[in-house]
Amino acid sequence: MTVIESLERMQIRDDVPEFRPGDTVRVHFQVIEGQRRRVQVFEGTVIKRQGASSRETFTVRKQSFGVGVERTFPVHSPKIEKIERTMQGDVRRAKLYYLRDRVGKKARVRELQNWQTTQTASTPVDPEAVEAVEVIAEVEETTGDE
Amino acid sequence: MAAIIGRKVGMTQIFAEDGARIPLTVIEAGPCPVVQVKTEERDGYSAVQLGFGAAKPKHINKPEQGHLKKAGSPLMRHLHEFSTDEVGAAEIAEGEMVTVESFVPGSYVKVTGTSKGKGYAGTIKRHNFKSGPKSHGSHNVRGPGSIGAAAYPARVFKGIRMAGHMGARQVTQRGLQIVDRDVQRNLLLIKGAVPGAVGSIVWVRPD
Repeated sequence: MTVIESLERMQIRDDVPEFRPGDTVRVHFQVIEGQRRRVQVFEGTVIKRQGASSRETFTVRKQSFGVGVERTFPVHSPKIEKIERTMQGDVRRAKLYYLRDRVGKKARVRELQNWQTTQTASTPVDPEAVEAVEVIAEVEETTGDE
Repeated sequence: MAAIIGRKVGMTQIFAEDGARIPLTVIEAGPCPVVQVKTEERDGYSAVQLGFGAAKPKHINKPEQGHLKKAGSPLMRHLHEFSTDEVGAAEIAEGEMVTVESFVPGSYVKVTGTSKGKGYAGTIKRHNFKSGPKSHGSHNVRGPGSIGAAAYPARVFKGIRMAGHMGARQVTQRGLQIVDRDVQRNLLLIKGAVPGAVGSIVWVRPD
């Protein structure tokens, strides 16, 4: 593991749920206004995930009063309270830029059929995912004293 | 605070406590043995010579090996002199080690390195000249334009900015902040970018 990788692993959050471009998510984001801190929810379609490791970001697009609004969040930002996936989309590409050129009913992403059943069946038995979480926890322990 | 020699490892980012992302350059710095202390009386000026980067005997010539041996230092590939003010310790002696511990997070430093070479570059890239129109029959796309008048002065003045070799020269970036350090792995985490390619040697001094 390189020095850069080890520094980035320390930043990675292990509570980030699985989500992909096309999914509809609710991002609970902390907003600091002067002294007050409150949580804002941004709900929309994930149109891309880019970058790797702790530098990864994702962009959420939604229609707000007829205007398209896109917001990009760092996946591992401490300002994100939680990410909820409300729908898994059925899409064929990684970057859904084509949604920007569409309005109304055409700007929708089809829902993936039976996604809830596949998700609940596959997630707990996926040994790789469990292992990955353990590795991250280990790294945090060993590097915590810095 | 001290001066130190290091190697640029690369860049990444880190989240601050308030969630803001801080761009970081990671420098593997030191431990640097003090190879020679130059004094006003003996050398005419005062300075401290530091070494960096362990080397095998076959890579260091005999005179330099003797020079390092005299200071009780292990063999070092890179040597550099810093002024006594920069190293900060007047009582520093030959054979002692300078480590990243002498850099306090939050303090400001300047970093000197050799910038990335750009080769033979035109005036647009090298001196930020404006480019001519690309269309409508224009033939003046990336040319430098006029470099002076004609019969008088009948020559080109010295210092006119032209195309030529760009980069690969010594560059110092001032006002960089130390974000953190890793004493075990000899790392300095500096906010922002520093001159040079990954793997190149940089000098970190207090600003």
